[in-house]
Amino acid sequence: MEIRNDLPQFYFVEVFFSCFQSLLLSSNRSACSAINTRLQPRPFCKSEEKRMNIKVKVLSRNPDDYLRETKHDIHRLPRNYDPTLHPFEANREYTRALNATKLDRIFAKPFLGALDGHSDSVQCMSKHPKSLSTLLSGSCDGQVKVWNLATRKCVRTLNAHRGFVRGITVDRNCEYILTVGNDQTIKQWGMEPAASRELEEPVNTIIGKTVFTSIDHHWKDPVYATCGQQVDLWDTSRADPVRSFTWGTDSIQSVKFNPVETNILASCTQDRHIVLYDTREVTPLRKLTLAMRTNTVAWNPMEAFIFTAANEDYQLYTFDMRRLDEAICVHRDHVSAVIDVDYSPTGKEFVTGSFDKSIRIFPTTESRSRYILCGSDEMNIRIWKASASEKLGKLDKREESTVEYSNKLREKFAHHPQVRRIARHRHVPRSIYHETKIIKEQLTSRKRKETNRRKNNKPESIPVVPIKKKAIVVKWNELLTGEMWLLLVLHGIYIQSWEQDRFNKGLLVEVNPEMHTSY
Amino acid sequence: MAASITMHDQKQSQRKVLKKKSVRYFQESSEKEESTSIQKSEEHGEIKKLNQVAEKNAERDDSTDDRRKRSKDPFEGPAKVSPQKMKKYSRGERMGRNLEGRTAQHRFNLKRSEQRYELAAKQAARAELLLPEDAGQVLRIPISNLKQHSFLEVGEGSDTYDVRQSEITESVDIGSAAKRFELTLNQFGPYRMDYTRNGRFLALAGKMGHLTAFDWVSKQLLFEINVMETITDVQWLHVETMMAVAQKKWLYMYDNTGTELHCIKSMSSVLRMSFLPYHFLLAAATNYGALQYLDVSMGKMVSEIKTKQGRLDVMAQNPQNAVIHLGHTDVNCWQYNLCTCCVLSLFDRYMATSGIDRTIKIYDLRTYKPLQSYRVAHGANELRFSQRGLLAGASNNIVEIFKDSCTIAQDKPYMVHRLKNPISDLDFCPYEDVLGIGHSNGYSSLLVPGSGEPNFDALEVNPFMTKKQRKEAEVKSLLEKIQPELITLDPNKIGEVDRVTFQQREEDRRVLFLLLFHVGTAVSPG
Repeated sequence: MEIRNDLPQFYFVEVFFSCFQSLLLSSNRSACSAINTRLQPRPFCKSEEKRMNIKVKVLSRNPDDYLRETKHDIHRLPRNYDPTLHPFEANREYTRALNATKLDRIFAKPFLGALDGHSDSVQCMSKHPKSLSTLLSGSCDGQVKVWNLATRKCVRTLNAHRGFVRGITVDRNCEYILTVGNDQTIKQWGMEPAASRELEEPVNTIIGKTVFTSIDHHWKDPVYATCGQQVDLWDTSRADPVRSFTWGTDSIQSVKFNPVETNILASCTQDRHIVLYDTREVTPLRKLTLAMRTNTVAWNPMEAFIFTAANEDYQLYTFDMRRLDEAICVHRDHVSAVIDVDYSPTGKEFVTGSFDKSIRIFPTTESRSRYILCGSDEMNIRIWKASASEKLGKLDKREESTVEYSNKLREKFAHHPQVRRIARHRHVPRSIYHETKIIKEQLTSRKRKETNRRKNNKPESIPVVPIKKKAIVVKWNELLTGEMWLLLVLHGIYIQSWEQDRFNKGLLVEVNPEMHTSY
Repeated sequence: MAASITMHDQKQSQRKVLKKKSVRYFQESSEKEESTSIQKSEEHGEIKKLNQVAEKNAERDDSTDDRRKRSKDPFEGPAKVSPQKMKKYSRGERMGRNLEGRTAQHRFNLKRSEQRYELAAKQAARAELLLPEDAGQVLRIPISNLKQHSFLEVGEGSDTYDVRQSEITESVDIGSAAKRFELTLNQFGPYRMDYTRNGRFLALAGKMGHLTAFDWVSKQLLFEINVMETITDVQWLHVETMMAVAQKKWLYMYDNTGTELHCIKSMSSVLRMSFLPYHFLLAAATNYGALQYLDVSMGKMVSEIKTKQGRLDVMAQNPQNAVIHLGHTDVNCWQYNLCTCCVLSLFDRYMATSGIDRTIKIYDLRTYKPLQSYRVAHGANELRFSQRGLLAGASNNIVEIFKDSCTIAQDKPYMVHRLKNPISDLDFCPYEDVLGIGHSNGYSSLLVPGSGEPNFDALEVNPFMTKKQRKEAEVKSLLEKIQPELITLDPNKIGEVDRVTFQQREEDRRVLFLLLFHVGTAVSPG
């Protein structure tokens, strides 16, 4: 046995001692006794029994446990979730969120294709209630075209009207197409194209007294509604309207059935009203007067009471049908009058089109939009993706989980300034950019003025009207006669006392105090 | 009795019992007997007897119910997770009842996300059971109770400071024993050394210009060159294909074949280097007292901090928050954009320092106060924490390794090893029970049981990585590069709600409101 010289000096004695200790057990005791007495163990060496065996366990990984057997196998990836092995968790998540946001913008390619074929501007469109790939469109030259969205080809062309086609709808059994036009007619067309190549004729034509501006079909029954000078309810099997509704004098520009509470119907009139009807009743239900005209309304397909109105004042108002005294949400981002609005089937989002040549998607509960694209009044229909960076088609399981993970991260870090900036950033056309700036300036100016007025007046003399109530002028609960209405409009000065009277009778619920001056 | 009944009968009788209120799918034999007796009595048409038996049976049912109540499954429900483990995996505390002033929807969302976090922590804690490896250890066992001793019992006389490397190599398997080796390189020393992040490769750099890299497990040489210049330090970058070498004049980068990739002239006379793998930053301390950060993904100098403290040759990185600690006469912590002693090392929340006063001191980084103090033979000139918290200190030619040195005052080292030559550098190999020592006569690799983390996470660092996996991991990690601005003392700050700013803003708003109100009242005449 040799003495190792690679051990520290101050343990030397002990090591020397212990080495010989083991020797002692086997060989001559007297030969080593001299050494034993000469070399004393260090104080922390407990006893002679210390010469012990050792048991050692060293990390020794068998590569077979960590490598795949053949190259056709997948790699083995052992995991250990110990947080110390995963440092900078928050920072890395933040970076991932930032990257996901950037990639979302990079892959934002919303344009899918154009449906080319109309020879004049497209005036109206309609979805097919059952077939997802079918779209109907009517143009200003009186043509109606049926499109196959999958192949992006026109399947059928109908020379429907003289002048504009104002509205198209399909009955719920998908047997008929109903169109209205400037030529004061409602035309009923078979769903299947005519066998021969000859000019297609309508199955049925109803000639009205005035121009029909819009048409919509009931979601269950064989009933449809048209509007023009009044709202008419039609039975598909009859040539005369089943019922007609009027409230006010001016013409009505759009009518929409509620998809859930199928007997409810909303229309918007040229004189700034939104009127609600029940098909089972003789008179209209409720009326709402906004500060400016509403172009269209759209019902939420998931929440029966909710509808959104596209207004001329560049904003959209989401209302609860049961509480019309204030809007649930005011959606503002457009810089010109909003022309049309439609809900997504999920009821979580809606899309709007505006005179500022932009299309925006708003979440139903948020006032700000994501801008998707810019259109023009060219003679084609364009198809866009609702979420611009989404991949079309079926996703791989792993792909899906990655998308879910990155969406969650974006949601988690949505309020971090960098993430928010990148997510919101869009290159908009110059006109929209400038207009946005001007509108912002106008708003701040108005706000400043109001604050100044409030500061220089008696406290609470100028009421604070929330934005959700600002645009609402009057909420009507019951039908007023034409005379009353005239009285109200022409002699607006008496509205206060008159309103009080009506209020007492429970007819008129609320009049916006700010809007008195506008009468 | 049971044997006389046919299979069909038995089934019928069982169905009958199952129909009853107390349904037991694992019926006991007594119950079975009882039911069979019912069957038999039915066969004979003895209605009276049947009624009696039915009554008896109902009693029996009650009694079995009671028995079940008494003999409840001792391991009912999912296995419990110990609170300590839960604490290890949890991401902060619950909000509790501090949810006032929030909407119902908000409260619901918060509650739900908290539940999800708790579930994640619980599942992570449970997954510990699946970890394939155990940490290494060394035990001294008295010969008397050698037979019944297992690794789990740490008995009397577990002092291990006098266990020799030869004893360890004798008692371990051949593969592990091969990890203990010496390289005699007596021409170009003393040597500096560095392991790659996954612990597979080793770079050795002799002061006289000898530079070599090899797979230290298989002893396969990658390259061996002489840079014909003094080398002060060597550092692997994020993968094993690139390394930074601090030479006499400038900083150079080499690939895994020894080809010079870059010469970074903006970083001159570098003494120590440290690489921040998640930030892709190479921190270098220079001879003239500057701390420089080089972004290796872009090749740009990100920051240079002139510490005005003179020669900087003591440097350590806190792996949990990427803060660089420099040693002068007191320790200074340097963040990327904003803290002397001789050597220092960091583990978890502890910092070990050693000075020429022949002591090793352990500091708590939360309070910046010393916790322990150890006297060593000479002043330790190199200190290093292992992944599992073993602290190795090299003083001249002796390495002392301490176990649990941070929390408990140790009177003896865990292991001691003495070399023939003075030590110039030492490092624990990640994910292995190996301590590498660079000295003036080459390199020696020691076995230190219990130093390395036994279970790696393959998605983080994988010692068994293939070339393709490495390439993919490199791209992924580059995509997730953390910006240098995010280096803070508390790395989780970014995932938290900034209450301070919010409160300040609320306060400002309140003041403004009060101001407006007062102005309003002052102006109004009434």
